[in-house]
Amino acid sequence: MNKLTMLGVLGLVIRRDLLLAMRRRADVLTTLVFFVMVVSLFPLGVGPEPDMLRKMAAGVLWVAALLASMLSLPRMFSADYLDGTLEQMMLAPQSLTMMVLGKIIAHWMLSGLPLVLIAPVLGVQFDMSSQALWVLMLALLLGTPVLSLIGAIGAALTLGLRGGGVLVSLLVLPLCIPVLIFGAGAVDAINSGMSAVSNLSLLGALSLFALVFTPFVAAQALRISME
Amino acid sequence: MAINWFKYSAPSTFYGLAGKLIPFFAWPAAVLFAIGLYIGFFVAPTDAIQSEAYRIIFIHVPASILSMFIYLIMAGYAALGLIFKTRLSSMMATALAPTGALFALISLWTGALWGKPMWGAWWVWDARLTSELILLFLYLGFIALHASIEDPRRADKASALLAIIGSVNVPIIYFSVKWWNTLHQGSSIKFSGTTMHVAMQQAMFTILVACWLYVIAMGLARVRSIILEREANTQWVKELQEAK
Repeated sequence: MNKLTMLGVLGLVIRRDLLLAMRRRADVLTTLVFFVMVVSLFPLGVGPEPDMLRKMAAGVLWVAALLASMLSLPRMFSADYLDGTLEQMMLAPQSLTMMVLGKIIAHWMLSGLPLVLIAPVLGVQFDMSSQALWVLMLALLLGTPVLSLIGAIGAALTLGLRGGGVLVSLLVLPLCIPVLIFGAGAVDAINSGMSAVSNLSLLGALSLFALVFTPFVAAQALRISME
Repeated sequence: MAINWFKYSAPSTFYGLAGKLIPFFAWPAAVLFAIGLYIGFFVAPTDAIQSEAYRIIFIHVPASILSMFIYLIMAGYAALGLIFKTRLSSMMATALAPTGALFALISLWTGALWGKPMWGAWWVWDARLTSELILLFLYLGFIALHASIEDPRRADKASALLAIIGSVNVPIIYFSVKWWNTLHQGSSIKFSGTTMHVAMQQAMFTILVACWLYVIAMGLARVRSIILEREANTQWVKELQEAK
């Protein structure tokens, strides 16, 4: 048997999760539809004035992205937990951290990336300028991975618990507040004629910080949950 | 003769010690509260700008300070429990969480009561209020996670991990919220001299010490209940007079 490298494991896990998701497309689409629906509810709630909508747009899109990502979190490990795959992954000689990272990346590609791609369409509904749309996309691209990364810890801690879905939001949402602040702040900065670079840099820093630490912590959390 | 340093790290021995220690913390707490409140309400002069309404800070400030400290102590105990697998540390972390949440709530509540006459609003979205609110959420998350896991060992470990992540995240949250918006007045107590009247300082520090003692007494009292609950099936609990 060939020895798997760390990147080999990573690639395999990502490919497997994507393949599984492609077999059950409904799960991916539900998150996306939820995102579009929440964003569309806001103008109905607060009124159609373009000035107000333009001001709110970034915040609304970010909050909706946060909620959509929470919605998909419980699914990150639950299927593998129920059918015993997770146990096999833990027994495998390869690093669990790497496998968790693979699952996080796959989760982001399925729940974060679609939001990034559809956000400009929704932004146009809110009458955002084209420059603001680009910044919004860039901010979402840098920020949504953090949601999946931190979310993985929450998902691992609440694995197999009753009411895990609500609980995971309760645990993860407060930790994601900095992402919301810098993400929406980047667009606000552009709107008020300033540079968005500082906000985007901080988002990027958060992303890298989370990328380094959270897969390891999530792997530890999985070990605690699986004992 | 060698001293057994770890004698009181066993729940069975600590139970008795905690019971003996509680009065030494509870009574001074009550007395200091009374003294502190007396100084705060009757001795401290009326503030030139904020008139009588400022007196709520004698409760507000100690509660805010403690709500933050308790989180760190709780995370410290949780980390000890996670790393060295000492059951008592995890129990202490669980015992401190409700008190921390209570202080965070008191801090927000008294802050709102102070804000209405000062700022003309019960609530403003400034950095300190918002981060205190998030701190309350972190406490509630810790308590909720611990409560929803049936197996106490898994509950201890899972919530310990959460507390540690939370304590890493608290500074990040604090600074992000601070950059987001700041209109809270700067703090009046600085390490280089202070702008407060002596009686005000005395009242505040007396109540701060009283709150500390209260936290310790409450923590010990609650950890005793947790010990009894967890060890209900052991021999020493069955032989305990109080438990019968």
